Amino acid sequence: MLSIKNLKAGIEGKEILKGIDLEIGAGEVHAIMGPNGSGKSTLSSVLAGRTDYEVTEGEVLFNGKNLLELNPEERAREGLFLAFQYPVEIPGVSTINFLKTAIAEIREYRGLPALEAKDFLKLVKEKQALVELKGSLVNRAVNEGFSGGEKKRNEVFQMAMLEPALAILDETDSGLDIDALKIVANGVNKLRSPKRSFVVITHYQRLLDYIVPDFVHVLYEGRIVKSGGKELAMELEKKGYGELA
Amino acid sequence: MNEQDEILEKQIGGEYKYGWSSDIEMDTAPKGLSEEIVRFISKKKNEPEWLLEFRLKAYRNWLKMEEPKHWAHLDYPKIDFQNIIYYAAPKARKELKSLDEVDPELLRTFEKLGISLEEQKRLSGVESRIAVDAVIDSVSVKTTFKETLAEKGIIFCSFSDAVQEHPELIKRYMGSVVPSNDNYYAALNSAVFSDGSFCYIPKGVRCPMELSTYFRINAIGTGQFERTLIVADEGAYVSYLEGCTAPMRDENQLHAAIVEIVAHAKAEVKYSTVQNWYPGDVNGKGGIYNFVTKRGICFGDDAKISWTQVETGSAITWKYPSVILKGNNSVGEFYSVAVTNNMQQADTGTKMIHIGRNTRSTIVSKGISAGKSNNSYRGLVRIMKGAAGARNHSQCDSLLMGDRCGAHTFPYIEIKDKSAIVEHEATTSKIGEDQLFYCNQRGISTEKAIGLIVNGYCKEVLNQLPMEFAVEAQKLLAVSLEGSVG
Repeated sequence: MLSIKNLKAGIEGKEILKGIDLEIGAGEVHAIMGPNGSGKSTLSSVLAGRTDYEVTEGEVLFNGKNLLELNPEERAREGLFLAFQYPVEIPGVSTINFLKTAIAEIREYRGLPALEAKDFLKLVKEKQALVELKGSLVNRAVNEGFSGGEKKRNEVFQMAMLEPALAILDETDSGLDIDALKIVANGVNKLRSPKRSFVVITHYQRLLDYIVPDFVHVLYEGRIVKSGGKELAMELEKKGYGELA
Repeated sequence: MNEQDEILEKQIGGEYKYGWSSDIEMDTAPKGLSEEIVRFISKKKNEPEWLLEFRLKAYRNWLKMEEPKHWAHLDYPKIDFQNIIYYAAPKARKELKSLDEVDPELLRTFEKLGISLEEQKRLSGVESRIAVDAVIDSVSVKTTFKETLAEKGIIFCSFSDAVQEHPELIKRYMGSVVPSNDNYYAALNSAVFSDGSFCYIPKGVRCPMELSTYFRINAIGTGQFERTLIVADEGAYVSYLEGCTAPMRDENQLHAAIVEIVAHAKAEVKYSTVQNWYPGDVNGKGGIYNFVTKRGICFGDDAKISWTQVETGSAITWKYPSVILKGNNSVGEFYSVAVTNNMQQADTGTKMIHIGRNTRSTIVSKGISAGKSNNSYRGLVRIMKGAAGARNHSQCDSLLMGDRCGAHTFPYIEIKDKSAIVEHEATTSKIGEDQLFYCNQRGISTEKAIGLIVNGYCKEVLNQLPMEFAVEAQKLLAVSLEGSVG
């Protein structure tokens, strides 16, 4: 699904990712854990295509395609989804209208016929129930006035609607209380499938109790210093990053 | 400029798709303005003596007036008034009984613009029609549905026809809302006005269809000075639409129009404009100077006048559609979206004058600036002494796209009555890169994202437009912001 080879990237002349190697197969859930400044946000930004970051070396293949050559919207249309750590507000644009536009662009890119209004609404109802998103939120402007938990749930709702092949969750647990966390994790788990892969980026082991990963990688100072199974997360919790790196 | 800005800049600017011109045989006056030209125009139109006098009086006043230049937030080279043709009409416009008699080139022009000169049902099964008065340069070429409307006693015809057929109405109302010495451009218009629409709705009649005038500037080197007068008698209702486009030319063309609206007791007039005059090219060359005086008076109690405008064109826009709230309980509304891109400039807004008791006014102004343009809102809310219980709510929002454009707000509030309540809110915002990236990450292109966000921003105003116009306006907003920066 995703193949990252020797990825080096930085911002404003400073190198942050110092050679990342990572292989993600279809249906797999990979957790990436690391302390502040390790490069977690940089990695998700570079994969999503933010142009303020500069890739200096390396290669990223997404289902055989050169991801780094595609612009952000093309990457999205190819099936890459990023659940933002700090989802932005878009006043005046309802979530429904937003997603209708997104789905139309994606389907057009893939040569699929446009989704009819009634089918679209059916999809909305279905996915709302799946991720337990309150009815009223969908008609409001995207994220406007949403609480932290509602914003994160809105990210998962959008993920459900767009049905990506690869979903990157950028510190989805940050700012959430335990109940909100459980709801978000529940939603994500319901979206797991053999054709979909997840990259779960987080500081804390707690999220991984609910979204159980297949693989855990430790990111430290721009490099993946250790990889293992889900037990690695527990080990990290006990020993801290310093010792492991 | 960061990389994203550069990428956007490289994209081709939105093309003004009305930039072509038509090859129509024209009857034109020699260049320049003088008493002879004023007489020439009046004679060409076969006007009665009183109207010629009206023009001459206005012209003589104009000579004594000075072009207002110091207060508007606009910068443009001095206009050479002698270098303009003040009369241009498609030749051979006689009594046109049917479309067959209209110059086929003219018909093709309007077809290309998507304006239907055929009287036809638009939506199947539903009698949704729009009566159209089509005006090319100085002359109205066709007015549809005249007979159907006449059955209800509604008069909808070109201003010139009204002068001939309903002189008593013209005499009574013309200049009653915008006197010819009101301002420099009103005086100019009053001297050389060409054509426009006249509309009269009798007592208690609700006009069954939307009335519209479509203005098209075609001839080169001319100025357009149209004049529209709408009178709604007691209890009447009319919704009126105005659309405008012009060919792409290198030199600026002047459009100095006057629109007067009179609403009697319990009458309501809704006036919507989607203005898309040629805005000039990316470097500010060419484009229409749109200097317009639009004013309505709620003459009787419980009258209502609403102005809704979407202004995307013109090199320079200078207009303040206003409402004089004379009648008790009368209501004035102003909804506006003004877009400026590239080198466009706009100084636009409204005046709400509260005179009667318990009057209400609402102002919603959405300015969008992009490129290197300058967009100013200038509004006046004046509550006169004795206007007890007056209420006003103003909301002026500015949206900046990129970092080389400007948005300015000049609100004037004058209150002379203790019981008035006036509220004014203003916001300034920017389309953030983060917002655009968020849209990109969901598969939405930057152009579409800007369209979505801008439409959301203008929703409150667009919702005021009649449906057909709303759809056109949305498309127009997207096109006029093509190539702008996030």
